[in-house]
Amino acid sequence: MKTKDKFLVRGAALASIVSAFAIIASVLILMGDIVAGGAGHVTWEFLTGEPTQGMTAGGVFPAIFGTFMLVLIMSIGGIPVGTITAVYLAEYASQGSRLARLIRFAVTSLAGVPAIVFGLFGLGFFVQFVGSGMDGVFSGGGKLVWGQPNILWASLTMALLTLPVVIVSVEEAIKAVPRELREASLALGATKWQTIRKVVLPNAVTGIMTGGILAVSRGAGEVAPILFTGAAYFLPRLPMSLSDQFMELGYHVYIMSTQSPDVEATMGIQYATTLVLLMLTFSLNFTAIFLRYRIRKRTLS
Amino acid sequence: MKLTPIRKRAHIADALARKVITVVAAGSFAVIILVFAFVFREALPFFFPADPAPAAGIAADGAQESYGEVQESYGSDPSVAPGASETGLEMSIAGEDVGVTDLMRTRWEPVSQEPKFGLLPLIIGSFKVSLIAVLLAAPLAIFAALYTSIIAPRWAKEIMKPTIEILAGFPSVVIGFFALITLATFFQDLFGFEYRLNAFIGGAALALAVLPIIYTLTEDALSTVPKSFTEASLALGASRWQTALFVVLPAATPGVYASVLLGIGRAFGETMIVLMATGNAALLSPDLFVPVRTMSATIGAEMAEVVFGDTHYNILFLIGAILFLFTFSLNAFAEFVVRKQLMKKFGGGQ
Repeated sequence: MKTKDKFLVRGAALASIVSAFAIIASVLILMGDIVAGGAGHVTWEFLTGEPTQGMTAGGVFPAIFGTFMLVLIMSIGGIPVGTITAVYLAEYASQGSRLARLIRFAVTSLAGVPAIVFGLFGLGFFVQFVGSGMDGVFSGGGKLVWGQPNILWASLTMALLTLPVVIVSVEEAIKAVPRELREASLALGATKWQTIRKVVLPNAVTGIMTGGILAVSRGAGEVAPILFTGAAYFLPRLPMSLSDQFMELGYHVYIMSTQSPDVEATMGIQYATTLVLLMLTFSLNFTAIFLRYRIRKRTLS
Repeated sequence: MKLTPIRKRAHIADALARKVITVVAAGSFAVIILVFAFVFREALPFFFPADPAPAAGIAADGAQESYGEVQESYGSDPSVAPGASETGLEMSIAGEDVGVTDLMRTRWEPVSQEPKFGLLPLIIGSFKVSLIAVLLAAPLAIFAALYTSIIAPRWAKEIMKPTIEILAGFPSVVIGFFALITLATFFQDLFGFEYRLNAFIGGAALALAVLPIIYTLTEDALSTVPKSFTEASLALGASRWQTALFVVLPAATPGVYASVLLGIGRAFGETMIVLMATGNAALLSPDLFVPVRTMSATIGAEMAEVVFGDTHYNILFLIGAILFLFTFSLNAFAEFVVRKQLMKKFGGGQ
């Protein structure tokens, strides 16, 4: 073996091991920093109180509530459509169907679109186009109700962003249902729709849940799409109507750390808010990973 | 064939379900196309300022920071538009002067007395931060993937996989927060940067977001290399490291390239991290340690304050369209050209 190659191999070996450890170390540092900075400040009062003294004290309940409402409306808007599209792709689309090819292409493209571009779309389409249009129809353009950022437009924007996540994981779940089950059902004289409703979907329900959870986790963690489609700095009351603005955890972290009058004084609150957001997305992700692991195990056996 | 009423109903339901599902699927395709079309539509008025009068109203009113009432005059009779006075028209002419050549200028000052919409500092800024991110993340991710997929003992794989999944699950605003508070101070203390927040800090933080993508896709690419390659190499007496470096990695090269390209695409579009960690000053400088403003951060920071239908509004949409086109073509290139090459290489040989 040439000496040059020997050095190359040794160098690469060293670099590989160092890289792997560097990645693990940076994740530990990242996580440790947030946990160490926030753990002492996450109290019951913090989780259930609202911001006081110009957001320099108090809790984050409105932001938690807003995040919850955001992902709830997002799920209602996005998950059924994503699931039905996945059913079409997995069950109805014939081999080489043009519509299926177009949908797949659109879904892959959509998944690569930067989140901020969704925000632009939400503002231009939902707020300015649909919202202002609705105001024109309902009140003759006199009152500004829907033609401004609100929780409905933010949620629908987020639903679009998470559509690829839902479609891809639900399709995977449906395809994991053994073919024999379908064939048995069809052989017994059930129609295709009966088979899907009574055999395929019940067997794919864990996978559909996984897709939904992943979408919710993504939606709870993204901030860029809601920057100008509905999130608010500070609101004294919770969003009670679809046309209300709302506070959101990720947006709250961004505002507190960049626009706060006294960043140093609110450091504990900032870390605690970040930690709450992190715990929320992590628990969702872990549930999804666990469910997916169970599906894979069943498919293999 | 005669059908009982129950069977008949089932068949009607079946036909109905097929129709509804197909329509919904087609609908979701239509919505996706709508997203693409709309972003471009909102950017277009910049190139074709067909209706100067409403712009006049907006330009005049925009100076007084009013918002909302302006919208009613949009598209209505220009003579009754609130700002169609002499001054309004003059301002609109100043506004109309922003043409394609003005976008090539070096200064981005959208809200000054004489707005300047030079996109160069933003485009350079985006490239600067993305390249720093990928240069930091790609070697780490590729070497780590090489290690875990070929050489590492089982336990190391079992630590690495969840670690990467955890990193991928970090909300970008959390990474941005970490960079803004901890990383920036740490690096400033270490190297004595003049500016606490700068392109390098943004790039380093962005590297954390890009790492999981490059790692996962590289590992995928490495795993598509047929086992027979590895076995043949080992049988000829090569060590595992030699096999990894001289057999498996070269065979998977197109996939590794694709992973890096997709990483660049992700870095280019990421907003919250750069918005929080780069300092956001639109400076045109080759220095990596001064603040930068990227295209995505510009949209994120300015869109909320802009007047609907304004030149500034349209230009922000134009930036969005450029971002979209760039990431889209990068993804398409990575997906269809590079991956296909990999498929062709191994697809038939199996």
